[in-house]
Amino acid sequence: MGNTVISMVEPVTHSGSTDSVIRAEDVHKYYELGDSRVHALRGVSMEITRGEFVAVMGSSGSGKSTFMNILGCLDQPSSGRYFLEGIDVSTLEKKQLAAIRNQKIGFVFQGFNLLARTTALENAELPAFYARVSQEERLRRAKTALQMVGLGDRMDHFPSQLSGGQQQRVAIARALVNRPSILLADEPTGNLDSRTSVEVMEIFQKLNEEQGLTIVLVTHEHDIAQFCKRAVVFRDGTIRKDDLISNRSIAADVLKTMPVLED
Amino acid sequence: MTEILATIRIALRALARNKLRSGLTMLGIIIGVGAVIAMVALGQGAQEQVQQQIAALGSNMLFVMSGNMNRGGVRLGMGNTQNLVAADEEAIVRECPAVAMAAPGSGSGVQVVFGNDNWGTQATGTEPQYFDIRDWPMAEGVSFTNEDVQLAANVVVIGETVRKNLFGATDPLGQTVRINNLPFKVVGVLTAKGQSGAMGNDQDDAMFIPITTLQKKVTGQNWLRFISVSAKSKNETYAAQQQIEALLRDRHKLRGGKDDDFTVRNLADVAEVADQTGRVMTLLLASIASVSLLVGGIGIMNIMLVSVTERTREIGIRLAIGATEDDVQRQFLIEAVTLSIIGGAIGIIVGLLVSYLIPQVLGWAASVSMMALVIAVVFSFAVGVFFGYYPARKAARLNPIEALRYE
Repeated sequence: MGNTVISMVEPVTHSGSTDSVIRAEDVHKYYELGDSRVHALRGVSMEITRGEFVAVMGSSGSGKSTFMNILGCLDQPSSGRYFLEGIDVSTLEKKQLAAIRNQKIGFVFQGFNLLARTTALENAELPAFYARVSQEERLRRAKTALQMVGLGDRMDHFPSQLSGGQQQRVAIARALVNRPSILLADEPTGNLDSRTSVEVMEIFQKLNEEQGLTIVLVTHEHDIAQFCKRAVVFRDGTIRKDDLISNRSIAADVLKTMPVLED
Repeated sequence: MTEILATIRIALRALARNKLRSGLTMLGIIIGVGAVIAMVALGQGAQEQVQQQIAALGSNMLFVMSGNMNRGGVRLGMGNTQNLVAADEEAIVRECPAVAMAAPGSGSGVQVVFGNDNWGTQATGTEPQYFDIRDWPMAEGVSFTNEDVQLAANVVVIGETVRKNLFGATDPLGQTVRINNLPFKVVGVLTAKGQSGAMGNDQDDAMFIPITTLQKKVTGQNWLRFISVSAKSKNETYAAQQQIEALLRDRHKLRGGKDDDFTVRNLADVAEVADQTGRVMTLLLASIASVSLLVGGIGIMNIMLVSVTERTREIGIRLAIGATEDDVQRQFLIEAVTLSIIGGAIGIIVGLLVSYLIPQVLGWAASVSMMALVIAVVFSFAVGVFFGYYPARKAARLNPIEALRYE
C-alpha cells in the first residue's frame, strides 16, 4: 500500500546530478506564536548526493532541528521546495508523507525511542509492518539488520535489558529495515558515553562506506562531526558554513586507542 | 487479515500491560451486558409465565357477559343486568357455526359447611360442558351430568382450595356438604389451576353445581351472568365472537346505533394485552440495564483517553517511522473494541449465571433468548467503536514532532 502511494507521485527529474538524494531550494519556515511570528528558517538551499555523510551543526535555536524535521518529512516548509530523490515533498499530503517516511527515511533519535516492553526484533521490524511487508519477510529483514549492527544474539531482549549503546543499535537496525535512501540521525550519541559514542559512529561509518548509505547527522560535538565527511553549520536560520571535513577520524582506529572502562 | 490479527495482538499486549486498569474498565461492560441479559431474561420469563397461565384458562375460549362496560360512559355493570338467559346459550350453540360448545353460568357467594369446618366461596351454576370448555379435568371423581342438570340435583364439584380447607386429609368424594343449609353430595374434585394470570385471583377457590339447582334452590333468579363458549378452533375465535354478537343483538332486539347489553371477551385479546404489558416491562427493564452499559462505555472512553496521553511518545515513534493516521487510529480503535468485546463475553457469562440463579434463589421465572445474546454482542462491539472512536481519532491526529518531544 505504501508503494502505491509513492508511485502516485511523479518523480520530477531535476536539473543537476541524478544522484541527488536531497535538494532544498530556498526553504523558509515560520511559526505563529500568538501575535509574533518566529522565523526558524530563512532561505536554506542545500544539496546532498548519494553516499554523503553530513554533520549538521549549530547551537539550539539555529534552525537545525527545524531543518531536520523538514528533511524527515515530519514537517513541511512554509515556502521553498524540497525534493527527496526527485519527488517534490513540499506538495504531498499527510498519507503520502507517512509513506515517504516509512520507505525512504530511516530515523535515529537521541533518546533511542524504542517501544517499551517490545523485543529488539519486534522493534526492528516495526517499519516493515507499516509497509505491509509479509511477516516472514519482516522477520528476515529485521534479523539481518540486527546482525548488521552486532545484536544478533540479543534479538529477544527488551529495551530495558539492553545498554544505551545496544538500544541505539536496535534503533539503527529499525531505521535500516525498509532499506531507506537516507538515514537521519538526531544527536544519536547525545545520551551515550564517549566510548559507546565512537562505537555507534563506527557503525555509521561502516554503513556509509560498505553500503553507500547517505547519512545526515545532527550533533553539536566537534569530535563527533569529525567522523563525517561534510559539516554544515546553521546559525539564525541560515547555513553559515558548509565545508568538507579534513583530517577525518576513523572510528575503528579511535576505538583502538580508547581504554575499555570496567565498572 | 493477518494485519488485523497482528493489530489485535498488539492491542492485547497493550491491555495486558495494565491488567488492573483493563479489568476495571471491562467491569463496566461486564455489568452492563450482564444486567441487560439478566433483565431481559426476567422480563421474558414473566411474559412466558403469563402466556402459560392464559393458555391454562382454556383454549379457544370466549366469555359472553351480561351488561356492557362502556369506557366513555357510566354503565359499568358488567354481569349485573338481567337480559342474558338460558335461551341465549341454546341459540348460540344452535346458530353460530364457529361455536363448538357453550355452557351457561351464574354464581353466588355462599358459605359451605362440612362437619365443624366452614368456608366462604363462590358457587357457580353451570353445565358439564363448562369443564371441557375451560379444559379443566377432574382430579378425583366425576363431573355432574346433564341428567343432574335436568333434575336440579344437589351435587357439587369442588376446587382444590375448597377441598384443602374443608376436608384436609379426608376423602371428599361421597361426602355431604351444606351450602346455604341445603345438603349437596360431592361428586368430583377439580385439578389445581393456580392463580389466573390475567386477573390474579385463585381459580381453585370455587365450586360448581348444576345451573338449574343454583337458579331454583339457591338464588331464585333465572338470568345468567355469563356464557362460556368454545370456538371450533383457535382461528375461529374471532368469527365466533362476531357470530355471537350478531345473534345476541338480534335476539335482544338492539337496532341501529343502540349499545350492546352484553360483552364478548375473547381470550386471545386478553392474551394480547398481557403480552403487550410483558413486552413493555421487558423493554423497561432492558433500558434501565442499558444505562449501565452506557456508563461502561464512558469508562472505556475515559481510559482510552488516558492511555492516548500516556502513550503520546509511542504514537510519535509510530508516526515517525511511517504509520499513517489510519494505522494509529485503527490500533486504538481495536484496543477499545477488544476491551468491550472481552467485557461483553464475560458479561454474557455473568448474565447467564444470574439468569440461572434468580429462579433458584428468588423463584422468579427467567428465560434467556438467543436474540438477547446476539444483541448483547452487537451492542458491546458498538459501544467499543462508539466510545473508542474519539480517543483513537485524537491519537491519530497527534503531531509527530510534538509527540516525540513529549515527556
